[in-house]
Amino acid sequence: MTLRREAGKLCATARPSHRDFDITSPPTDPQGIGARVLRKEDARFLHGRGAYVSDLVLPGQREVAFLRSPIAHGRILGARKPADRFVFVRDDMAEALPILGMSGLPTYRPVAQHPLAHEKVRFVGEAVAMACAPTRAEAEDLLERIEVDYEELPPVVDALRAKRDPSVRPHEEWDDNLFLSLGLESGFEENARKASVVVERELTLSRQAMVPLEGKAVLATWDQRADGLVVYASSQAPHLLRIGIAKFLGLDQRRVRVVAPDVGGAFGYKYNLHPEELCVAWLAMKFRAPFRYVEDRREHLIAGANTRQHHYKITGYADARGKLLAIDAEVTVDGGAYSNWHQTIGLEPGQIVGNLPGPYDFHGYRVRADCVATNKPGFLPYRGVARTGVCFAMETTIDALARAVGREPWEVRRENLVPAAAMPYENVAKKLFDSGDYPKSLDMAREAIRFDDWRARQRTAEPDGRLIGIGFATYCEQSAHGMSVFKAWGMEFIPGYEQAMVRVTPEGAIEVRAGVHSHGQGMETTLAQVAHTVLGVDLADIRVVLGDTAETPFSTGTYASRSIVMASGAVADACRTLVPRLVTIGAHLMQAATGTVRLEQGRVVGPQASLSLREIAEAWYCRPDRLPPDVDVGGLEATVAHRPQVDTGAFSYATHAAVVAVDPGLGSIEILDYAIVEDCGTLVNPMIVDGQTLGGAAQGIGTALYEESPYDPNGQPLAATFADYVVPGPVEIPDIRIAHMETPSPYTAFGIKGMGEGGAIAPPAALCNAVNDALRPLGVEITETPMSPQRVLAAILRAGAPAGRDAGAGS
Amino acid sequence: MKAAAFDYVRVRDLDEAQAALARSEGAKLLAGGQSLGPMLNLRLARPALLVDISRLDALKTITEMPDAWRIGAGVTHARLEDLGERLTGARLVGTVARGIAYRSVRTRGTIGGSIAHADPAADWPLALVALGATVEIRTAGGGTRAQAAETFVRGAFTTDLAADEIVTAVVVPKRSAAARTGYFKFCRKAGEYPLVSAAVVLDPDRDAARIVMGALPTGPRDFPGLAAAVLRDGAAAASEGAIERAVDDALPGLDPVERRMRASAVRRAVLEACA
Repeated sequence: MTLRREAGKLCATARPSHRDFDITSPPTDPQGIGARVLRKEDARFLHGRGAYVSDLVLPGQREVAFLRSPIAHGRILGARKPADRFVFVRDDMAEALPILGMSGLPTYRPVAQHPLAHEKVRFVGEAVAMACAPTRAEAEDLLERIEVDYEELPPVVDALRAKRDPSVRPHEEWDDNLFLSLGLESGFEENARKASVVVERELTLSRQAMVPLEGKAVLATWDQRADGLVVYASSQAPHLLRIGIAKFLGLDQRRVRVVAPDVGGAFGYKYNLHPEELCVAWLAMKFRAPFRYVEDRREHLIAGANTRQHHYKITGYADARGKLLAIDAEVTVDGGAYSNWHQTIGLEPGQIVGNLPGPYDFHGYRVRADCVATNKPGFLPYRGVARTGVCFAMETTIDALARAVGREPWEVRRENLVPAAAMPYENVAKKLFDSGDYPKSLDMAREAIRFDDWRARQRTAEPDGRLIGIGFATYCEQSAHGMSVFKAWGMEFIPGYEQAMVRVTPEGAIEVRAGVHSHGQGMETTLAQVAHTVLGVDLADIRVVLGDTAETPFSTGTYASRSIVMASGAVADACRTLVPRLVTIGAHLMQAATGTVRLEQGRVVGPQASLSLREIAEAWYCRPDRLPPDVDVGGLEATVAHRPQVDTGAFSYATHAAVVAVDPGLGSIEILDYAIVEDCGTLVNPMIVDGQTLGGAAQGIGTALYEESPYDPNGQPLAATFADYVVPGPVEIPDIRIAHMETPSPYTAFGIKGMGEGGAIAPPAALCNAVNDALRPLGVEITETPMSPQRVLAAILRAGAPAGRDAGAGS
Repeated sequence: MKAAAFDYVRVRDLDEAQAALARSEGAKLLAGGQSLGPMLNLRLARPALLVDISRLDALKTITEMPDAWRIGAGVTHARLEDLGERLTGARLVGTVARGIAYRSVRTRGTIGGSIAHADPAADWPLALVALGATVEIRTAGGGTRAQAAETFVRGAFTTDLAADEIVTAVVVPKRSAAARTGYFKFCRKAGEYPLVSAAVVLDPDRDAARIVMGALPTGPRDFPGLAAAVLRDGAAAASEGAIERAVDDALPGLDPVERRMRASAVRRAVLEACA
């Protein structure tokens, strides 16, 4: 594979070297797997015709607004509210049960979160009461007429302190502040003992919000005919949301239908049940009428500041050349006040413990991850789930080791990566890496940013006084992990057999129904490409139906970079089930022997004639008199479940390379170049992979340089609007160049690996390594995200370095 | 995040506007609404009455006078941006306008609204002080008074404007052909308010110089001593040390990070003007 520059973009020219997949279309198929086709869903999105919860209007619907706690920690002494209005507190909602997430992980302590605060409030922004009115403004007016008396309690704001000193506790019935503690040890002592170089670092990732374009949104109503709830929700997992709403409202699941219409980004925020969703569903159930709640940005930034905050004490042990021997880490997760249903907060330490070793070959490992309860919104998994943190910790440690042994970080990194020849490889945390050439991604990334040129340039001072640095981060990402992995994490819902239904419609078109749901992944296109690959039907004639529990087979939903892997397998298997049925009917209609007939490019082709699927479908649906007597009575539709042969996960991986310029006068960081070389196995649609990678990287750059939800010592959030919570925009995101490698997974359908999260994993690590490379002459390091101008300047001032620019102006 | 209820009146002239302001306690003028709008939605501003002057043509004129430009208070940033180089003797106005927020904000936000709102981090309070502009104000009786921008802005969100007064124009004096300007602001993100900002106007032919620091909670801050030195000695007077000393004198006790950042902003604006 070679890289070429084309109109400023880096492109991979070569197609994959091997494609021994069970597919009926040739790999050059312009519509099938591997084709760079435009997204089917984009016509409606780009023309503003997407249908989001905010676009839905039901007759007589009321808008819901939530009164939120103004204090971080306190007892609710009482509440007064207008009696003649639709205003509710917890005591009004007897039918709704507290939300309780259970985990099988050892030491896990469950904690109930009531749909509205009960007896206590535990973070600023916790919903305490709700008001309903014809408009949101009127509902907010009603909130102003509610008076709540609080007895303020001291808040827990600093997770490290809360761990050390449990005298103040968000959950007073506990004897400390730990949701749970997970540990793992493997060969640590004997390997660490051999080390000649030891580096120790304390690293911090700040708390942040996920900031999807569309926040949470829910519209619920009562269907009298079905005698049940219909809940329209912006959700990644409509089937699980259905279970949650049924469970906590005491309804049978058959009386709850969840419809997730278009979803404007989710990133993990919309995978678990939110109290507001339960509240709105309760209103619809109680009053048999439609109610809607749409989260606004201020609510999101305050009550949704719920992710990324990790602290690491990490020690790397290596030999004199920098060969990694062991890693020791104590990780603290600021878990906020509550554990979500259904993943629970246990997912975060589970991922930390399992993924901290990264793509490296070493044999001594000791880790403990503590999840601490604080007076902040309850932690939720965000795109990259913990791996953004562990990648930051591991990759900055690799660079620190390289500096300690006086070698190039890329060299030390390369020598520690699991080599291609070792695949499949079981690492020190018992993760089974399926396939790939990790060192090659690093080599290609180094070439892509023209590393040697930058190193040469670094030898002379920049005329503007800025400091240039180059950084790398290599990670591997467990995607599409299934039953065995989730069982080990003690999850309530374990994904296993992913289902899809495929139907040939009366007009010979294809309908694909799957229980996963798109919230930006383009699955209306990619799943159609998979169906096309098997059936050869034109993409325009393939419709993918997602998101409605009444119309799609059960699925645990879209998360963990799993959907394209799992659902592709299910869609392909369902399509394959239909092939012999189509062929049998076609052979009979053409009076040919079944063995001489095949499905080719969407037609049933015999020795002398061929038939369209429309003609086959017409026979099945409308002219059964023409069917063979032994026709398969399964008909022209099939629901099939799929599970990869090995379900420990397909490991995507990538190297991110960044070149930055640090301004010692302002502490600002400009990204001069950024290249990504990624391998997600077989590319279903390279354009969508590029889009996902770019979007993820933009979020990763947000984590690295901009996004932060700070709190004051009283637990008051300090970034409640976009004026204070900085999200990078188009100007801040550089022209990221992406190149692909394509090593199919041996374990999954078509060799596909999931890749939805990867882009968000490496940027903080790559950019921090680049910044520290730039600061190396000053002898200081940045160890915290985001690398804000203030933090960068503080480090530079610690080194006593001048502002730098135009030094010739005299003093 | 929806505004609390308020009354709204769209007035036909300034007399009506002032009558409405006088009639209603807590009335507020609405021009471009680019600051007021979000504050209404956040319920931080809760006026009883909004007096909409955004369509008053009388506030939208730009007049070139022999020694100044008179810019109507209702002129949008976008119009000034588009005039750019044609603002002879006051080109900095176009430069500053071009750097305000985003084009969509600039098409609605007005120069009069900005100076009357007096956000400490906004561009106009800083630039108009540096330019030595005058704010033209219609008084309650229908008269007119003029006030220097530097005394008009008293601090963060605080001006010398009385509740029933209306800013009608800003008058920006023309500089000589030899005049040089510098403007620097550092925003974490394009289009956002800056963390630090500074504006410099050097006019050797008229023996006038101004160096002003913006984005301060106390309003724009003048550095007359430094300005005189730079006018005399050029960039040589603007060493890192000299600027830091000037910042220390003006704002003692800054934390080192803020001190470095503010000094850098001032220095870069000065060096731009001296380049």
